Amino acid sequence: MTDSKYFTTTKKGEIFELKAELNSDKKEKKKEAVKKVIASMTVGKDVSALFPDVVNCMQTDNLELKKLVYLYLMNYAKSQPDMAIMAVNTFVKDCEDPNPLIRALAVRTMGCIRVDKITEYLCEPLRKCLKDEDPYVRKTAAVCVAKLHDINAQLVEDQGFLDTLKDLISDSNPMVVANAVAALSEIAESHPSSNLLDLNPQSINKLLTALNECTEWGQIFILDCLANYMPKDDREAQSICERVTPRLSHANSAVVLSAVKVLMKFMEMLSKDLDYYGTLLKKLAPPLVTLLSAEPELQYVALRNINLIVQKRPEILKHEMKVFFVKYNDPIYVKLEKLDIMIRLASQANIAQVLAELKEYATEVDVDFVRKAVRAIGRCAIKVEQSAERCVSTLLDLIQTKVNYVVQEAIVVIKDIFRKYPNKYESVIATLCENLDSLDEPEARAAMIWIVGEYAERIDNADELLESFLEGFHDESTQVQLQLLTAIVKLFLKKPTETQELVQQVLSLATQDSDNPDLRDRGYIYWRLLSTDPVAAKEVVLAEKPLISEETDLIEPTLLDELICYIGTLASVYHKPPSAFVEGSRGVVHKSLPPRTGSSESAESPDAAPSGGQAAEQPAVIPTQGDLLGDLLNLDLGPPVGGPPIATSSVQMGAVDLLGGGLDSLLRSDVGGSPAMGSGSGFAPAPSTAMPANLGAPLSSGLGDLFDLTSGVGTLSGSYVAPKTVWLPAMKAKGLEISGTFSRQVGSISMDLVLTNKALQVMSDFAIQFNRNSFGLAPAAPLQVHAPLAPNQSVEISLPLNTVGSVMKMDPLNNLQVAVKNNIDVFYFSTLYPLHILFVEDGKMERQMFLATWKDIPNENEAQFQIKDCSLNADAVSSKLQGSNIFTIAKRNVEGQDMLYQSLKLTNGIWVLAELRIQPSNPSFTPVPVPFPTFLAASFLWVGMSCVALTHLSVYLRTCCLPALAGLPAVAGFGVVPEMPSTGGVPVHLPSLRNHPEELRCCCSPSSSSSPFPPKEAGAGPVCMSPFLPAKEPAPGNVPPAPGPWKPVLPSLVGLG
Amino acid sequence: MCFQQKMIHSLFLINCSGDIFLEKHWKSVVSQSVCDYFFEAQEKAIDVENVPPVISTPHHYLISIYRDKIFFVSVIQTEVPPLFVIEFLHRVADTFQDYFGECSETAIKDNVVIVYELLEEMLDNGFPLATESNILKELIKPPTILRSVVNSITGSSNVGDTLPTGQLSNIPWRRAGVKYTNNEAYFDVIEEIDAIIDKSGSTVFAEIQGVIDSCIKLSGMPDLSLSFMNPRLLDDVSFHPCIRFKRWESERVLSFIPPDGNFRLISYRVSSQNLVAIPVYVKHMISFKENSSSGRFDVTIGPKQNMGKTVEGVVMTVHMPKAVLNMNLTATQGSYTFDPVTKVLTWDVGKITPQKLPNLKGMVNLQSGAPKPEENPSLNIQFKIQQLAISGLKVNRLDMYGEKYKPFKGVKYITKAGKFQVRT
Repeated sequence: MTDSKYFTTTKKGEIFELKAELNSDKKEKKKEAVKKVIASMTVGKDVSALFPDVVNCMQTDNLELKKLVYLYLMNYAKSQPDMAIMAVNTFVKDCEDPNPLIRALAVRTMGCIRVDKITEYLCEPLRKCLKDEDPYVRKTAAVCVAKLHDINAQLVEDQGFLDTLKDLISDSNPMVVANAVAALSEIAESHPSSNLLDLNPQSINKLLTALNECTEWGQIFILDCLANYMPKDDREAQSICERVTPRLSHANSAVVLSAVKVLMKFMEMLSKDLDYYGTLLKKLAPPLVTLLSAEPELQYVALRNINLIVQKRPEILKHEMKVFFVKYNDPIYVKLEKLDIMIRLASQANIAQVLAELKEYATEVDVDFVRKAVRAIGRCAIKVEQSAERCVSTLLDLIQTKVNYVVQEAIVVIKDIFRKYPNKYESVIATLCENLDSLDEPEARAAMIWIVGEYAERIDNADELLESFLEGFHDESTQVQLQLLTAIVKLFLKKPTETQELVQQVLSLATQDSDNPDLRDRGYIYWRLLSTDPVAAKEVVLAEKPLISEETDLIEPTLLDELICYIGTLASVYHKPPSAFVEGSRGVVHKSLPPRTGSSESAESPDAAPSGGQAAEQPAVIPTQGDLLGDLLNLDLGPPVGGPPIATSSVQMGAVDLLGGGLDSLLRSDVGGSPAMGSGSGFAPAPSTAMPANLGAPLSSGLGDLFDLTSGVGTLSGSYVAPKTVWLPAMKAKGLEISGTFSRQVGSISMDLVLTNKALQVMSDFAIQFNRNSFGLAPAAPLQVHAPLAPNQSVEISLPLNTVGSVMKMDPLNNLQVAVKNNIDVFYFSTLYPLHILFVEDGKMERQMFLATWKDIPNENEAQFQIKDCSLNADAVSSKLQGSNIFTIAKRNVEGQDMLYQSLKLTNGIWVLAELRIQPSNPSFTPVPVPFPTFLAASFLWVGMSCVALTHLSVYLRTCCLPALAGLPAVAGFGVVPEMPSTGGVPVHLPSLRNHPEELRCCCSPSSSSSPFPPKEAGAGPVCMSPFLPAKEPAPGNVPPAPGPWKPVLPSLVGLG
Repeated sequence: MCFQQKMIHSLFLINCSGDIFLEKHWKSVVSQSVCDYFFEAQEKAIDVENVPPVISTPHHYLISIYRDKIFFVSVIQTEVPPLFVIEFLHRVADTFQDYFGECSETAIKDNVVIVYELLEEMLDNGFPLATESNILKELIKPPTILRSVVNSITGSSNVGDTLPTGQLSNIPWRRAGVKYTNNEAYFDVIEEIDAIIDKSGSTVFAEIQGVIDSCIKLSGMPDLSLSFMNPRLLDDVSFHPCIRFKRWESERVLSFIPPDGNFRLISYRVSSQNLVAIPVYVKHMISFKENSSSGRFDVTIGPKQNMGKTVEGVVMTVHMPKAVLNMNLTATQGSYTFDPVTKVLTWDVGKITPQKLPNLKGMVNLQSGAPKPEENPSLNIQFKIQQLAISGLKVNRLDMYGEKYKPFKGVKYITKAGKFQVRT
């Protein structure tokens, strides 16, 4: 007789039958009935109607019956809250039972009944149980506090249960400690602000003691709790590590991984010179490998975590390549993960083995796996230069198999190999072309087209090949269309004579027959480029491509560091911070790695350079696929640039110093010393067409003048507001005098005006209008003068401004032409606005980004000048600048000089990076004056530095340049880093462009209106292409003639050589 | 009211045909429909083994394991260590195995009330409570034919009504007051060879996964010390919590107070290539002819490096390419089957005698007109060698302290093939 009989009753009258049985006098019958009820419950039948009858069975001395009733109660109390109250008395009674098992059972069940009305009755019994003499009851009660907190947090706090729970951390029984920790962590997670688990060396010691004695599950809770602790110095970190290390030999893999988390985190604090550091590294490898012999599900989670660990500390597993070799009967999800890690571990030492394996995998059955294996071969070629030749020949072998998907994958990776090793393997192009017809996947087609376009001069029939693709142009995917457009333009630039018809055809296909905005925009840009300045077009389209990075799909370092703190959790499986996916992510606190406190801080750049290379070789990061934002950024800036953090993580990143000392030291070695700065820009070809430095803006006043202007004006907080000056004297405007100034407050710009009527008649009907200007400043609201202005009266008005107006480059840059109208006449005047009103609040650049950007800015975009006679120290400077949204990214001291690294961002997305060197009085120092546009010199002045003593302040500015994107003239030699449209700004995914920045430069005109730069259609207004036609800008006059709608014309192409 | 569900929220047991045959909710009830996401993933995976263990749905996460033709699908709502959940699920399956002798749908349905009681006892509020089988068995008695008869006569229950003694002591894995008339301690040293052999017969990868499983039936509180002849072999070891880690670190001796009954004392891994002997070799010739819809198959298995012991229980399984319709083979030893649906060839060889090597050869019929298969099948070999630990690990002696009696001691060695694959 088995329990399966309970499943067999399915007839209609079942509930009635059960009801009768439950009310039977016979104990046995009752029990049988309850069992039947439970059985129905397990298969999801609704037996809640029996609630009163089942509760009636509760008062029994039969433990099994009691348990069963409790089981039932937990399931249905929520739906029958009134009935549940009936059970309260029994609970209270059971909590006093001499048998600890019953006491514990009662307190456990109580907590599971999620009914508000009941909870208050439970406080007293719970309080007793928390102090029970039996540890089994205490540990059960500890968990009950967490349950109760979930139902009614206020009640738990009012009743003082939290304090009792904290006391339990010092309990003599390790099981109680573990459960108390678990309960507290759970509560703390939902209330991140409550400082519930304030860990200190004493409590840590208690936890470590309990760690050795409690159950495996308790160990997990304690280890996870330890991972949140910040040891005060490296010695403490080491001693904790020493006590945690034995957990690595635990049979429970969750314990092992939690221990790995603690060690990985605290290792940050240990100096690499320590012997112990090396020992720890050695100890970490075996347990990680052992995880791979567990069940496939465990393997999968372990592999996802190992993927993170390998990126963070590749040295741990560098000798363990073989354990990641794929077995044919591994589940596919394990195979793919293993492959990923194999590539990460590939090095010159083991490349032969890896390649042999990969070749083996490429003949497997599973298509996804085969594809990834082929791709992996390409990645090996790019990563390990010595192997490139072998990889290419392997790929050619694979192409010979003619297996369709293998060929397509191979072509995609060969394209990347061409990029990495130009002029080396082009001999294989012929083989590739043979397979042209078999390509049916967009990515492979796009790759092939890229190859044809790129090497058009070597392929005799390139035009025929491309033309053949053109026939079905509209049926191709966007990716292929874009690529085809670019390839044909390239072909045209290389062989202009034969291909004019072709290029015209593709341009008209793209611009006239397509409804894809990206394609259209790219078409127009090429068209215009070709028609305006074919030489420039050649320079742009056929520009030398930046090198592609060795590592792909690396996780961005700050995110990686955060994920290391989440080893073993879902975040580590998804490789996303918990805030990105945990539902209702209340209580998600960003975790960060502890700063290194070791002595060898000076020259090291340990953390942020996972490849273990020099700090200068910051690995280029191509964020994981599917991360559009990262993709785009990389495309734009071109490797090697550390991509900015993924949007979700960046939000709070500024506040948390993720890398702490690590980054400081990185900055130090990277940017340190001025020579490094000079050479830094030579590090990689800037992705932009370098603009000749056009520092043309005449200095309207010398630096000294400016200093005078600001002396004594110093507001410590808030943006500086200059005193009002007269803009329009009364005599020039028929009695209307206008004086004013500009200010910026919490993100909004305003023009503060005083209108004075010096005429003899009443003035009314005021209106204001701005001419086009460099930053698109425009009134955000009409000029509001409520009452007519009587003679000799003045009115103060604050006019809100925005920056969405039309853009035209002015000279000087910050010139603003204003027209004011009243009932008498229209008056014109121009004024210079201080640039700092355009510095936006989010101008604080991510450190990592700052570092990468700094290096990539070409020398031409650099200017240097000195401010003398300024008596502020670094901190004061920093806080003053901050008031005007010039943010200090890092600060350091070199040979007694304070260096500040500043960033600011203009409303149109231009970043300006600056290095400020504050020298203590050094009278012999003769500054070399560097021509410098007024506005930047001034921008520091407006902040208001008083000049009293002998202090030199050198300002070193760098900006990046990507003018085509900004929709703005390259500003006086200061280019622009386009501000990336926020997520959703550019909804098209352009993966194939990853390695082709030259195309993007010309095409990344955003296609959605939510982006900061509205799409420009032909004729919609002046399209500023100044980098390509720098001298042709209309001279700024009072009323510049409105440029007529631009029409693409081709005739000028004829003269192209 | 805002619920934040912790840890494991619910558990669904699903059989291979996609029926949910048991559900258990530790908090509020989660609708069965959440499993639809799982079924979706299952459908996509085609093969049951390939269902990803972590699936995200709009409101929950499903973490699942696949054991004994049953999916254990747990529902999670917040950030939880997935390994924690997976380990726990395996522990649940182990417990069922332990209680009912098998972890099958029938066994679970037959004992549904015990299952429910067990699940309730194993997890409280999503926190694991008691997962040691020793403790569970004191709380909930496993079903036996005898007891169910007795219970039905006397009306007594299968739930223990006293607190398990081990539950809170510093040695939670052992109960007090154990008594045996015959005191015995057995250790099985079991080693599995995982290896990948390439076409030419050279070893691409090989390692040994070893365990020592113990069956200890000793009265009282015995304190055991197990020492090895060559403990240096063990550099990557996972221990049962009963083992004193310090002692191992300093003296390389396993010192412990054992749990009562069967348990896994240690598991270890030997990976340095020169220590992993490969006990069999395979000569193979598998070829498919272009355009002739047939192929040849010829495989011979022979012994190698087996320390003079017999290799037995040899079974070879091969997943043939899809294009293979049938196979006409002759085996010089044992019998073979070919399943034309799953394309799996199984050859049960038995014992290998070095004088006459087992051989299987013959013709392969391919689907006519289909292109010649690109991939070559891997051969999966199973075998067993008694009285040999291939790594060379040897137990030196077992000492017992704390009790007066003389126990009976025994050590058994066995080597098996783990994931042993030969590429062709």
